[in-house]
Amino acid sequence: MSDRITENLKNGRGFIPFVTAGDPDDETSLEILKLLAARGANVIELGVPFSDPMADGVVIQRSSQRALDRGVNLASVLSLAAKLRVSSDVPLVLFSYLNPILRFGIDGLCSAAKKSGVDGILIVDAVDDEARELADKFAEHGISLISLVSPTTSDGRLENICRNARGFIYAVSRAGVTGAANSHSNEAELLAARVRKFTDLPIAVGFGISTAEQVENVWKFADAAVVGSAIVAEIEASIKANDALARVEALLDQLLPLQKAAHTHKVEGSRL
Amino acid sequence: MNCEPDNKGYWGEFGGRFVPETLVAPLDELNEAYLASRDDPEFHAELADLLNHYSGRPTSLYYARRLSEEVGGAQIYLKREDLNHTGAHKINNCLGQILLARRMGKTRIVAETGAGQHGVATATVCALFGLKCVVYMGSEDIRRQELNVFRMQLLGAEVRSVDTGSRTLKDAINEALRDWVSNISDTYYLLGSALGPHPYPLMVREFQSVIGREARRQILEETGKLPDLLVACVGGGSNAIGLFHPFLDDENVQMTGVEAGGRGAALGEHAARFAKGAAVGVLQGTRSYVLQDDDGNIASTHSVSAGLDYASVGPEHSYLRDIGRIKYDSVTDAEALDAFQLLSRTEGIIPALESAHAIAYAVKQAPKMQREQIMIVNVSGRGDKDVDSVRQLLNGGEK
Ligand SMILES: Cc1ncc(COP(=O)(O)O)c(C=O)c1O
Repeated sequence: MSDRITENLKNGRGFIPFVTAGDPDDETSLEILKLLAARGANVIELGVPFSDPMADGVVIQRSSQRALDRGVNLASVLSLAAKLRVSSDVPLVLFSYLNPILRFGIDGLCSAAKKSGVDGILIVDAVDDEARELADKFAEHGISLISLVSPTTSDGRLENICRNARGFIYAVSRAGVTGAANSHSNEAELLAARVRKFTDLPIAVGFGISTAEQVENVWKFADAAVVGSAIVAEIEASIKANDALARVEALLDQLLPLQKAAHTHKVEGSRL
Repeated sequence: MNCEPDNKGYWGEFGGRFVPETLVAPLDELNEAYLASRDDPEFHAELADLLNHYSGRPTSLYYARRLSEEVGGAQIYLKREDLNHTGAHKINNCLGQILLARRMGKTRIVAETGAGQHGVATATVCALFGLKCVVYMGSEDIRRQELNVFRMQLLGAEVRSVDTGSRTLKDAINEALRDWVSNISDTYYLLGSALGPHPYPLMVREFQSVIGREARRQILEETGKLPDLLVACVGGGSNAIGLFHPFLDDENVQMTGVEAGGRGAALGEHAARFAKGAAVGVLQGTRSYVLQDDDGNIASTHSVSAGLDYASVGPEHSYLRDIGRIKYDSVTDAEALDAFQLLSRTEGIIPALESAHAIAYAVKQAPKMQREQIMIVNVSGRGDKDVDSVRQLLNGGEK
């Protein structure tokens, strides 16, 4: 049951950036995605904006609202994905709440997402039977429903979730909403160890990861680190000076110093 | 009729549990504690004692003679939930849930509030049990329900203003959920209406059903027969389901839930979830009718009454509406304001603006009924909190 997402994360030290689609504008958003892909993102999470993002902290709430104010919807997110596909084959996972997906229609979404080159979909507020039904539908179209697990998830649930999971397991680092936090607990490590008992799929850890040190730490016990709010905050800060790409690039240099070296090398090499 | 949800909290296609994974375990814990309390006579004895001696139940069922004469037709009885301690039905649910929170060993309570009545009731029971209390309230609602904000603070609660979205009830619920998910070990989320993920809609309905059980007994004692029509306003739907539920098996008892028609039929101008163009969706943990745009984003709503100003509705209402057991209708801001004054002048009872919606529907409906027919209208709360806003509205223009 290996797919492109799993394939791209199997070597460890994986990096999964999250951005809200269409923030700060369609063009820049596409350029940011291309940059992330060029800088070695193993998978990109593309946020579908929603009016009531109850699992998100303020940074992603605000970016979601900015995108909505500009009229971004599921259809335009898919067209952004398709545009990225022209130049990159990085696996793409949509990150969405359920209601926009229901409104779009599941069947319609499956074929449209497939056409746009989307590999997976994570739905924050679908669990249990509701998630499983969606997973089956998606699977018919070769799209993976990405499952999220939390430190509060019991072993019994983990076993069930892992049995039906595809792509990778998204392990939430702490009980809370998205957003940077300086928690020094070992909750994520304990969770990753519990997940490992039930699956060989790659494990990605996210929520509150914003420094190189945290990324390195995650790599000690999991296959990939998800960085969302830290990137989105740079995009927000860039709006006045219109320097999103430079800011995101600077953040990536900090977060992934080794990749920076490799990237610089490649760029120099290509000039020869 | 069978009105128990299945064990996943579904009434037909409505209800369920649509939450981030982190909330599954706390909801399971809550469900277990709730089911255990449901079968525990000691729990019920303690709750009954509080309802009677602390809140002042049973509330009276009052024959509104002058109102009935003024409008003609059916005899209008008022179920006086406004006479509860703290001035609304919300305390019924809060007393039940605070006992549950205490059993679960939680020390910190979070709640959302729209009109401020649920916030006040929550702050009250927290004071009573010595628990820390944080209430989230939209900044728009803080503006129009100032008095209740101060009441909550007097009672020792911290009121946190919510500035996102439409700055009303829906946004306060988002914020309360975010708080809960971040503090699950010590925090209990005391949800104020028959909304949200399973088991809240069931639990809140059960705690509010004391309204209908009393009303049924009272009307039989007083008139020897069952009512022909029950009327209640529907925000999230807790006072309405509380009154209606014990009568569901009484086939000849009709029921109407009254939604906020606001100031017009366009999306954004009202909170009538069952109006034309109604659509099923998922919001804040439950599948129900939801006011939304073509992209599935939740629509903003408007009502003169903060407690009815919400884009979705309790899932059991959606079910009862779709099977045709309960009818839903709406009245406008203007009609509610008229009814607010009418009840004040004819009966000396100043209703909450929420309850004034039920009164407004009742005075339109009564003349179409016979003199010997009986209608019970739920006066879900008293209007002291609204006096200031109504004064400003009547003096021309919005505050
Ligand atoms: C007096 C009163 N009535 C009605 C409501 C609406 O809520 P529900 O539909 O849950 O009864 C409220 C909510 O704040 C209220 O304060």
